[in-house]
Amino acid sequence: MYGFLIAVGVLLLVSIIWMVYRIQTLVSVMKGSDKKIATGSNKINAFMFVLFLVGAGILMFWYSIKEFDNYQLPIASEHGIVTDQLFWITMAVTGVIFIITHILLFWFPYKYQYKESRKASFYPDNNKLEVIWTVVPAIVLALLVIGGWKAWSDITAPAPENSHVVEIMGYQFAWEVRYPGMDNVLGEHDYRLTSASNVSGIDFTDKNSLDDFTSPVVVIPKGEPVLFKIRARDVLHSVFAPHMRLKMDAVPGMPTRFWFTPIKTTEEMRAELNDPEFVYEIACTEICGRGHFSMKKEIRVVEPDEYRKWLADQKPYIVNNPSLVADLPEELKELAAITISEHK
Amino acid sequence: MATANTATNSAAAHDHHDHEHHDNFITKYIFTTDHKMIGKQFLITGMLWAFIGGLMSVIFRLQLGFPDMNLEWLRPLLGGWITADGALDPEFYLALVTMHGTIMVFFVLTAGLSGTFSNFLIPLQIGARDMASGFMNMLSYWFFFVSSVIMFISLFIESGPASGGWVVYPPLSALEQAMPGSGLGMTLWLIAMTFFIASSLLGGINYITTVINLRTKGMSFSRLPLTIWAFFLTAIIGLLSFPVLFSAALLLVFDRSFGTSFYLSDIYIGGEALPNTGGSPVLYQHLFWFLGHPEVYIVLLPALGITSEIIATNSRKPIFGYKAMVISMLGITILSFVVWAHHMFVSGMNPFLGSIFMFLTLIIAIPSAVKVFNYLTTLWRGNLIFTPGMLFSIGLVSFFISGGLTGIFLGNSAIDIQLHDTYFVVAHFHLVMGSASFFGLMAGVYHWFPKMFGRMMDARLGYVHFWLTFIGVYLVFFPMHYIGIAGFPRRYYSWTTFEFTNMYTDLNMFVSVAAIITFAAQLIFVFNFFYSMYRGRVATLNPWRSNTLEWTTPLHPGHGNWPGEIPTVYRWPYDYSKPGAEEDYIPQTVPLSATPESNLPHEQELVKLEKEIIADEEADLVANEARQV
Repeated sequence: MYGFLIAVGVLLLVSIIWMVYRIQTLVSVMKGSDKKIATGSNKINAFMFVLFLVGAGILMFWYSIKEFDNYQLPIASEHGIVTDQLFWITMAVTGVIFIITHILLFWFPYKYQYKESRKASFYPDNNKLEVIWTVVPAIVLALLVIGGWKAWSDITAPAPENSHVVEIMGYQFAWEVRYPGMDNVLGEHDYRLTSASNVSGIDFTDKNSLDDFTSPVVVIPKGEPVLFKIRARDVLHSVFAPHMRLKMDAVPGMPTRFWFTPIKTTEEMRAELNDPEFVYEIACTEICGRGHFSMKKEIRVVEPDEYRKWLADQKPYIVNNPSLVADLPEELKELAAITISEHK
Repeated sequence: MATANTATNSAAAHDHHDHEHHDNFITKYIFTTDHKMIGKQFLITGMLWAFIGGLMSVIFRLQLGFPDMNLEWLRPLLGGWITADGALDPEFYLALVTMHGTIMVFFVLTAGLSGTFSNFLIPLQIGARDMASGFMNMLSYWFFFVSSVIMFISLFIESGPASGGWVVYPPLSALEQAMPGSGLGMTLWLIAMTFFIASSLLGGINYITTVINLRTKGMSFSRLPLTIWAFFLTAIIGLLSFPVLFSAALLLVFDRSFGTSFYLSDIYIGGEALPNTGGSPVLYQHLFWFLGHPEVYIVLLPALGITSEIIATNSRKPIFGYKAMVISMLGITILSFVVWAHHMFVSGMNPFLGSIFMFLTLIIAIPSAVKVFNYLTTLWRGNLIFTPGMLFSIGLVSFFISGGLTGIFLGNSAIDIQLHDTYFVVAHFHLVMGSASFFGLMAGVYHWFPKMFGRMMDARLGYVHFWLTFIGVYLVFFPMHYIGIAGFPRRYYSWTTFEFTNMYTDLNMFVSVAAIITFAAQLIFVFNFFYSMYRGRVATLNPWRSNTLEWTTPLHPGHGNWPGEIPTVYRWPYDYSKPGAEEDYIPQTVPLSATPESNLPHEQELVKLEKEIIADEEADLVANEARQV
C-alpha cells in the first residue's frame, strides 16, 4: 500500500515538474528570449560564480582550520619532519596560486558578463606574458624539486652501519616480522622452504639463521637508525607506517628496504596526544586481495635500554620449534643445540 | 556560363541524394561508415558505460559512507555478492573499484570522449567529406563494441569480474589462487582490453591520417582549431602508447596461461611454492605506466581542446596565445612519455630513477600552467555568454587547477612517500583527469548537440545540471584531500581495523551523500539529451555564432557533409570581436579580401596573394566546366 502511495506521489511530482518545464519553455518562446544572445540567466550564472567562490572559500578555510589536528598526523621519525616541512611549503606555494587563479577564474565571469553595448577586446597574443608565465612557474617548480630531491636522496641513501635490522614480510593477509638476533645478520631464506612452521621460508643451513627470532610486534629503539628489509611471499603488498612517514612496496622476488630513525617512543606519543590507547601501526597500501584492509601490525618504539633488555629476552625460532633443525648436518646441529641451550 | 554552373551543381546534389536513398536502417545506423554517426555511436555507448560506472561508485560509496547499512535491498541486483548479514562482499567491493576505474578511464573518457568528438569534429572542422578510411572507422567502433560486450559479460560471471585494481598488477592479477576475480574475470578483462586497444589504434591511425591529408584548401596547420590540434596529438599519444599496454597484457597472458615467468618470481601461495623464478612484478608496472601515464593525457587533451574552442567562442574573443597553446600541447605530448615512473616512487625501483622522474614530472607542470594562464587571459575583457557548454568549460578549468596543483605534491618523490596510494591521490586524479575530462565531454555535448541532432538542448536544465554537478564534484572530491593527508589508504573496504583511520566517519558519510546526489543530477542531463533529440527547439545553422567550418554545413548534414563544394578557408578560427568588423565573429570561410575594414596590417599583405588564388581557382572551375560541357 505504501509502495502504491509513494508511486502515486512520485508520479505527481514528476508531472508537476514536467508542467513547469513545459510552461517555462512556452513562456520563453512567447517572450522571444530564445532569439536573444544572452537572457537574464546570463546574469544569474555570472553571479553564481562569485557566490560559489565566496561560499566554497569560506567552507574550505573553516574546515581546514577546524580539522587541522585531526588530519595532521603526529610525526614520529627524523625524515618525517623534513618531508612534512616540504609538504607544507608546497601547500603554501600552491595554496597561493590556487586562491589567486580561482579568484580570477570566478570573478572574470561576473565582471565581463555579456553586455550588448560592449565588444570584447581583440587580444590574441602577447609573447612577453607567455615568457613570464613559463619562466616563473619553472623557477618555482625548480626550487620545490630541489628541496624534494635533497630529502629523497637522504632518505633513500644506504642505511647506516649500526642500523637495527628488522625483516617485514607481507603475505595474504598479515605481516611476518623477523629479527636477526644477536649477530644482527638475517639468515638466508628460500621461498621453497616455506611451511606452516617456517612462515618466512628461513634456510636453517645458514648459521646466521639460528639466532633469528620472530615477534608479534615490531619493537624498535628510539633515536637509533632502524632498517626495514621488506619482502613479500605471494602478491604485492606495501608497508605503510603513517606516523613514521614510511612507505615501501613489498615485492615477491625482489627485496626492498627503508631505513629511518624513530624520534618518539610509544609512551611519549601517548602522553603527547593524551591518548593512553595510542599505538603506531603498519598498514598495507598495495591492493592484495580480500583482506587488504586488515593487514595490521603494531610498532612499539621504546627507549634504547628497554630495547636491549627486550632483545635479550627473545627466543629464536629453533628454541620454540626444535623440529626446524632436525634435518641439519651434524656440525650445524651442534651449533643449534648450543643456541637452544643458551636460551633455556 | 551561369546556367552550366547551376546544372553541374544540381547534378552533384542529385547524385548525392540518390546515394542517400540506398541507405537502409543497417547501413545508416549500425554498420555505418559516416563519421558523424560513428561519433554518435561512441557517444551513446560511452553514456551507457558512464551510467554503469557511476552506479558502481554509488554502491561502493554506500559501503564507505554507511558501513553498517543493511544492503539486503540490493540483493535483486547483486545476488550472492551481498553476504548473509546484508553487507557487501569485500571481494566484490574490490571488483567494483576495479571495474569503476577500467570503465571510466577506458570506456567513458577514452572511447566516449575521444571517440565521439574526434570522429564527429575532425572531418567537419578541417573541411573533409569523411575520415580517411570510413571502413576502418567503422571497425574501430565495432571492435570497441565487442570489447564492451565482453567486459559487460565479465560483470555477471560467478567468480566476479577482474578485481585487482584498474592497474591489474601481477602477481595478484596473474594468480587465480590470490583472489577469485583473477580467474575468468581477469581473462575476460584481458580479452576485452585487447579489442579495446585494437579499436583505439584503428581510430587513432584514422584521425592522424585525416588531419594530415584531408584538410580543405587554405586549412594550414596554423589555422586548425585547437580542438583538432588536441585530437591530433591525442591520437599520436595513443598510437605510441597503446601497443605497450598490449605488450604488457600479452606477457601477462603468457604468465597466466602458459607458465612463463615474466612477472612472477619466488611465490608461495595457497600452501604451495610456484615454480616461477626470475620474473619481476616491477617490469609490469613499467610497461603498464608507459601507457598509463600518457593515458591521462589521452583523456585530458581532447577535453582541453574542446574547452579552448568553447571558451573562445563564448568569450567572443580569440583564444589567448594560440601558438603557446599549441606548443604547450606539443610539450605535454612529448613529456607525457617520460614521466611514467612517478607512479612507482615506492615500488622498490632504484631511488636514482625516482630523482630523474621527479625532475621530468615537474617539468610537465609548466605547459599545464601556461594553458591555465591562457584560459584566464581569454576570459579577461571578454563578453562572456554562459551557455551550458561555456559553464562546463569554466568548470573544467577550475578542476584542472585544483587537481593539477596537488600533482605538484605527488610528483615530488619525498612528499609522495606519505601520500602514495592514499585518498590524496584519489582526490588528485578524480579532479584533474576524471572530472575535468568529464566536464570537457559535457561541454562538448552541449556545444555540438545542435550539429549532431539539429536541435538545441534546453539551456535552463543545462544550468541546473551544471551547478549541481560542479558543486557536487567539489563536495565529493575536496574532502578526500583531508582524509588523504590523514593517511587513509585507497581501496579499503572498511576503516575500523586501524586506529589512525578510525575517524572521519561523518566526512565519509557526507562524501557518499554528495556522490549520490551528483549521480542523480546526471539524470537531468539524460532527460535533456534524449528529450531534446526529438522535441528540442530546432537549431539555427550557427547557434553560437562560431567561426569554425562545421557551422557552414546544412542543419542535417548528409554523408559527405557539404552538399556542394567543400568550403575554402581563408583565416584562423579565432577572429572574434575583431576591431572594425561589423559582427563580433568572422567565419573561417570569409576571405580577407571581403573584410578590408577589419584586416590587420599583415593580413592586408595577404589579400593580394589571396586574390591570385581565388582567380586561379575560378580559372580551374571554368576549365572543368568547359570539359564537362
